[in-house]
Amino acid sequence: MTHPDRRRFLELSAAGIGAGAMAGGLPLLASAADASPFKPEKDAKLELLRWTGFVKADDAIWAENTKKFTAATGVPVNIQSLSWPDVTPKAALAAQVGSGPDIVMGWNDDPFVYPDKLVDMSDLVDHMGKVHGGWYDNARSYCYDTDVKHWVALPVGCTGNAINYRVSWAKEAGFNEFPKDLDGMLKLARGMKKNGHPTGFALGHAVGDSNSWTHWILWAFGGKQANPDNSIAINSAETNNALDYAKQLYETMIAGVSGWLDPSNNQAYLAGQIGMTMNGISIWYVAKTDFPAIFPDCANAIPPYGPVKVHTVSNNFTSAYVFKYTKYPNAAKEYLRFMLDQAQAGPWVTGMLGYVTPALKGYASLPIWTSNPNITPYRDVLAGAKYDGYNGRPGKAAAQALDEFVLVDMFADVCVNNMAPKDAMRKAETRLSTIYKRA
Amino acid sequence: MIQRSGLLSRLDSPRVLGYLLITPAAIILLGLLAYPLLLGVWLSLTSATLGKTGEFVGLQNYATILADPIFRGAAGFSVMYTVCAEIGKLVLGLALALLLNQRFRGYRASRALMLLPWVAPTVLSALAWLWLLDPQFSALSWLLIRLHLIHSNIDFLGHPWSARFSLIVVNIWRGLPYFAIGYLAGLQSISKDLYEAAAIDGAGGWQAFRRITWPLLLPITTILVAFSAIFTLTDFQLIQTITHGGPTDATQVFTTLAYQRAITGGQLGEGAAIAISPIVFMVVLAVIVVRSVRDR
Repeated sequence: MTHPDRRRFLELSAAGIGAGAMAGGLPLLASAADASPFKPEKDAKLELLRWTGFVKADDAIWAENTKKFTAATGVPVNIQSLSWPDVTPKAALAAQVGSGPDIVMGWNDDPFVYPDKLVDMSDLVDHMGKVHGGWYDNARSYCYDTDVKHWVALPVGCTGNAINYRVSWAKEAGFNEFPKDLDGMLKLARGMKKNGHPTGFALGHAVGDSNSWTHWILWAFGGKQANPDNSIAINSAETNNALDYAKQLYETMIAGVSGWLDPSNNQAYLAGQIGMTMNGISIWYVAKTDFPAIFPDCANAIPPYGPVKVHTVSNNFTSAYVFKYTKYPNAAKEYLRFMLDQAQAGPWVTGMLGYVTPALKGYASLPIWTSNPNITPYRDVLAGAKYDGYNGRPGKAAAQALDEFVLVDMFADVCVNNMAPKDAMRKAETRLSTIYKRA
Repeated sequence: MIQRSGLLSRLDSPRVLGYLLITPAAIILLGLLAYPLLLGVWLSLTSATLGKTGEFVGLQNYATILADPIFRGAAGFSVMYTVCAEIGKLVLGLALALLLNQRFRGYRASRALMLLPWVAPTVLSALAWLWLLDPQFSALSWLLIRLHLIHSNIDFLGHPWSARFSLIVVNIWRGLPYFAIGYLAGLQSISKDLYEAAAIDGAGGWQAFRRITWPLLLPITTILVAFSAIFTLTDFQLIQTITHGGPTDATQVFTTLAYQRAITGGQLGEGAAIAISPIVFMVVLAVIVVRSVRDR
């Protein structure tokens, strides 16, 4: 069912972007369509592999924009959409065999696993940064490879994470607004649990949800996976404090979170079984479209700060990269430039209600972010955000540690398996040492 | 008499003609089976990563994985998963076959229905089981609560042992029809005369089973166990779909760990070593099975 999404896209485009632009709300989003330095090769055709499955409007608007690109350039683009965890292995196989999609829209550190197979995207990154107000720091963390010393992917943005909670249950627990610090959040969680509304944060091998909240808690207490020289730094007093906090939070959670995969917290939240979780805005979007009975009671909040008193949320970063085996690297770059240009990316982000927060700073001025207070927290998820493997060097080792759920398992060992924090830290330290050594 | 050419006269030799006739099949088998296996063995001896051929490192990858507690855990659970699931499938499959070997109203339909778990796509049935085992929405928990047998949902997948046990149950459910249909075929090939003679000699049901049925089913048991054990030891879809190897790597098996290391992590050499290592267990298993039958 794509028609409602298209209608929604058009409504939002007209109401949001149009009004915003007329009001002068988009000073940084000057279109660069006429000044594109990328000219598609003759008879070029492209195949894009990208993730899908969260927000219906995403696919519909992306396809609409792709049609516009084809109409403008004559370059046909075949879009292959996969469930998001399936993109990584499919792209990896393409890298290995040297054949497959020209462009991949993948996740997190994927480009660092095979950087020498990817087209240098530095010129496109530079161009887009100049046109759209520059990049958030996370863009460089996930797309600039320090081994090959150039941009191996074009940063797209992130499916940011915020706290999702039920307003009436928070009020029932004595909180009229969501706490700003972790101590307050724990009090709220305990109050909710006491009233029969547990919290729910994934601790199974959920690629997105388990990694996001555990990294956030670790960083909020000042813990870090590695030092800038990639020596392992996980075994620390700060990590110990983070694990202690997680253990207390775990006591407020619904039974079964240690077996949760990525859809689990969404299902439990939307079914009214939990009163608080951490997720992308897709959970709120689905509540809006499919769960009208609970939607007015659903709210989103910026994840509270821990002792380090700065923003430490972990996001799922998405980037687009082009394989060297493609015959049409310029067409691929032009396609990506076109899709992230204001005329396309503005309606795309707006139609998704901010599901993807662009890595280009200019898009923070889109009217959609302030159109509803529950969308605003997702506008700022990239400001000051940290990256996988923080505070070490982004790259293969960090990617592999994430793939192997080292930090998630450390938290699960303490919360679920009742392991002492010092033992869990030592176990994680050993695993990380092995990973960093072999990478 | 016409003088036959040298080539034609050579073809008269059964030995030459035999080799000639099996050559196409051998080429196909070598290309489709031996080459991937040998490539896997070669990769396991290199430092290959995704997109890079790497260098020959001898047995270093094997030394690395043997020192890795996660690999040792995965190997242990792989063996446990296989042994428990095979015992379960064998016992229940035989019981089901004995039941379906009887003539009763609807026995043909029952035999057809029995095959459903086997013919359904594995990922589809794994998703169904994922739902059945869900900590919040499990239909099994719902049923048991309604029957007043439990008070709250069972956390099937949240703890290491409950997750392992759940996966073994799912594997038994999926593989049961394979054993049942194999045993059913075996049962129908046993002559009724043997049972009649045993009955005349005063043998009871258990004695008839122990002295006639089971010995005559042993050859097919060997085949069923050998093939099923290989499928079970290399199972991937059920575990990847239901637990992703979690919680805390408690349900990692050779295949899921190899996938994690080689495909998502990019360490092809190490992943290949993990993927190749079950061959040791398979060879041991095959020798045990073949010897046990031969000794009888």
